[in-house]
Amino acid sequence: MSPTPQAPTAAPEPARERPTRPLVEVALAYCHSWLAVLALVVLVAVVLVAILAPWISPQNPYDLTVIDIMEGRLPPGSEAYGGGVYILGTDDQGRDMLSAIFYGLRISLMVGLGAALIAATVGTSLGLIAAYAGGRVEAAIMRLVDLQLSIPSILVALMILAVLGKGIVNVMIALILVEWALYARTARGSALVERNKEYVEAAQCLVLPQYRIMFRHILPNCLPPIIVITTIQVARAIALEATLSFLGLGVPVTEPSLGLLISNGYQHMLSGNFWISFYPGIALLITVASINIVGDQLRDVLNPRHHR
Amino acid sequence: MTVWIANRLMQAFGVVLVMTLIVFLAVNVIGDPIEMLISPEADQMERQRIIALFGLDQPLWRQYLAFLKGAVQGDLGRSFVYGEPALKVIFQRLPATLELAVSASLISVAVGLPLGLIAGLYPRRGFSKAIMATSILGFSLPSFWVGLLLIMVFAVYLGWLPSSGRGETVEVLGMHLSFLTLDGLRHLALPAINLAIFNTAVILRLTRAGVSEVMPQEYIRFARAKGVSERRVIGIHVLKNIMIPVVTVIGLEFGALIAFSVITESIFAWPGIGKLIIDSINVLDRPMMVAYLMLVVTLFVTVNLVIDILYMLLDPRVSADGKD
Repeated sequence: MSPTPQAPTAAPEPARERPTRPLVEVALAYCHSWLAVLALVVLVAVVLVAILAPWISPQNPYDLTVIDIMEGRLPPGSEAYGGGVYILGTDDQGRDMLSAIFYGLRISLMVGLGAALIAATVGTSLGLIAAYAGGRVEAAIMRLVDLQLSIPSILVALMILAVLGKGIVNVMIALILVEWALYARTARGSALVERNKEYVEAAQCLVLPQYRIMFRHILPNCLPPIIVITTIQVARAIALEATLSFLGLGVPVTEPSLGLLISNGYQHMLSGNFWISFYPGIALLITVASINIVGDQLRDVLNPRHHR
Repeated sequence: MTVWIANRLMQAFGVVLVMTLIVFLAVNVIGDPIEMLISPEADQMERQRIIALFGLDQPLWRQYLAFLKGAVQGDLGRSFVYGEPALKVIFQRLPATLELAVSASLISVAVGLPLGLIAGLYPRRGFSKAIMATSILGFSLPSFWVGLLLIMVFAVYLGWLPSSGRGETVEVLGMHLSFLTLDGLRHLALPAINLAIFNTAVILRLTRAGVSEVMPQEYIRFARAKGVSERRVIGIHVLKNIMIPVVTVIGLEFGALIAFSVITESIFAWPGIGKLIIDSINVLDRPMMVAYLMLVVTLFVTVNLVIDILYMLLDPRVSADGKD
């Protein structure tokens, strides 16, 4: 967070100096829970693995010259014909599962992060506009939010994919349409509080343009709750994308995410080849759980009411 | 009270109407209805005939009115795959889904409520901490993956329970039900548990939060001071006060259970409407999709309405006049 003008808090001891470095303060408060620190470390590792996948994977799982179908469905720890070890085994095509998971992680994170960030931009803007404009605009936007939030995410996503068809872009559109409403509601809630504060009044007295007041003055002060829900929404988006891909409605076969890897292994699970589904699932679980824990801790740290 | 209910009914009706418009526009404007309705093998004559038959040469608003008229009469089009009215196919499959959702709901209450009570009453015990930690897993575990694990452990390795289908069913009032036969119950167990996991975690956490909020209240201390037995304090004073949010969530989540049964039914090949919609999307059976979406949305709105009314009956503090 940037050192934006902070709202005067009702501090019990008025004589105390206000902390000058909020970032350090937040970081220190965050480190109170060892679980949260661990989750953050794991999360950074997961993101690094996803970014560096092409360089750290034992093989390029989609280069057909490297994989050998004769080495299909080898259990974890098997030795490869050309040297090396398949640490997590191979799938039915003879692809190294570890590499497939690294590459799948890339797609899952990209889709989840991309969708959540676009939804954050769209939803926050709409929420701010609703709070600032009021009247009919606000009523229209908020009714839409209510409607969207009353229908479960999976249903909205199914509806959109049923109309648009499969594909990475369509999955992202579905995720954005699922997630924007929560941002809009949160942004409107905080913006309504901020709007009545003195600094906004001051800005209005200076006859600054409306969009400037909205995005330069009000928005920065609404950011903490939005940052918190963004972390949780990224996890939701990743999980939902995996579910949709598992159902065969998500990403195409050429760009398999973790969900699609799990789905591919599903057919082999009944014959006892559990690792093809199991390890991508573990990767998904680690990713989603670490994001959730980080998000939980961030909420506790950034929420002024939570200081215990 | 009557005015309030009438008002809520109107609102609910409005939402359903908006949804018909959205679904109609989605299918007819974004998607190409001609391409959807007519098989690619049809010749020009056949195309013309079908376009006229479905009124696709009419202006859009008139088409929408015709669609609405059909919907009110329970006609949401014929399924391409089954060659029968889409709504009829759905109603044939609905009992299986309802059975699954009700079982999952019961499991989540039977497990979540007592565990939440324990975790709330004795927050410092190791057992309570273990319960809470496990419930975080219940949120984070992708449910389809848990389903796969259940199959792997109980169907493949242990071989205790079957992994797909409904098993033997009994016909009651024209509906096929599984839970009345032993074989059916065995088939029901894994999918119901799979579907229940998320809800169990929700109810558990909600109960715990409610208990830790109610326990320090004056009336609890008063009841104890009065010499009311601990069982009665927990059974009456505590439980009654935490029931409102719990009942709300049970009701609201019932709709979600039906929506999320899409996943569970696909994994366990449970022949309900969830599997039906996935199959329909995969073969682009559009009338089926429209019918499913309309039905589920209507179901949702109805559940929300019933919850609102129940809420008012359960809690005298929620007045009919106050809007929120």
